[in-house]
Amino acid sequence: MIESIIYVFLAISITFNLLGSFSLHRFPDVYTRLHGATKCTTFGTIFAVLAVVVHAIWQIRETGDPKYLQMALHSVVALIALMLTNPTGAHAIAKAAHLSGYKPAKAVIDAYERKLRGERA
Amino acid sequence: MIFTGFFYGAIAIALGAFITLIRIMLGPSVPDRVVGVDTLNTLIVAGMILLGAAYDRVIYIDIAIVYALLSYIGTLVIAKYLQGGLE
Amino acid sequence: MSFIVAFIWSFALWLVLTAGTNGMLWSLEELIAGIIFATIVGFSTRNIIGEKTQRFLNPIKWLGFIVYAVGPLFWGMAKANLDVAYRVVTGKIKPGIVRVPVDLENEAQYTILSNSITLTPGTLTVDACPEEKALYVHWIYVKEEEPKTSEPVAGSFEKWARRLGK
Repeated sequence: MIESIIYVFLAISITFNLLGSFSLHRFPDVYTRLHGATKCTTFGTIFAVLAVVVHAIWQIRETGDPKYLQMALHSVVALIALMLTNPTGAHAIAKAAHLSGYKPAKAVIDAYERKLRGERA
Repeated sequence: MIFTGFFYGAIAIALGAFITLIRIMLGPSVPDRVVGVDTLNTLIVAGMILLGAAYDRVIYIDIAIVYALLSYIGTLVIAKYLQGGLE
Repeated sequence: MSFIVAFIWSFALWLVLTAGTNGMLWSLEELIAGIIFATIVGFSTRNIIGEKTQRFLNPIKWLGFIVYAVGPLFWGMAKANLDVAYRVVTGKIKPGIVRVPVDLENEAQYTILSNSITLTPGTLTVDACPEEKALYVHWIYVKEEEPKTSEPVAGSFEKWARRLGK
């Protein structure tokens, strides 16, 4: 029963992590790639951590070893660090790419470009 | 007890890391490569957590925490460099 | 005051990281070492962390953050991932960068809102401009070229950000 829960979480995690790496090849430019990469890998890592936490709680109930308490708490801390830093990093890359002159491909509107031009003119 | 499911998970995430590595090698522009490296960092953190659970070693998960924070700083530094200094 | 905030944060992180050294609890040596290191960290970061951070020590705000993370944010992320999966499979995109006017007061609210926007369906914050009260958002499938509010982009997240960052 618990093993099947862990397998379901692991399957979701693997699916979305692989989807994140495939989206790097599927999309045409930096900004759309960032969409796939940031969202899918963050979501996949959430489910990997959930699988580890379920496993650790199960082992605590079976063996009572405090090592598994540490395992659960530390993976939750790693998840919080990742969830706070990942979107900020994506934002930094997007802004840097735009400021260094990589235009979004196939864009129907680019309001940021207009704002930068307006400041320079 | 060692739970074998985590090994398969770590192997699949390593496969995803290889797919990302192809993008880093191909990537036509510098921001494409930075996006690839950022994705690779997240995948390595996930894989390290799964390996820590698979081998029953808490120290791998500690390394994952430190790696997540340091790779974020690396991404920020490269982004600042790309946009041309600390304006 | 900012020293006390930094001290409490670093000591709480130390407690989380060293739980389980004495049974399921903490051993005395770990607690003493934690107090020493938290004092060092709090003393050296007291000028960086700012005066207004004490509002994040309010436990009601923490309850709000947890409810927000488990409820609307997680649901938005699930929808976002299914959306990206759909776009990866079909390749149907219509990207563009739009200007979204928002009505927020301080920088914490901007941070919460732009991080939430990045993690939710089809949108990615490129730049935040607090001086003109606007966010520049890369949208993977543009529905409206010049939105008047943040509702088509972010849904109910602006209300949450305003309440949580106050």
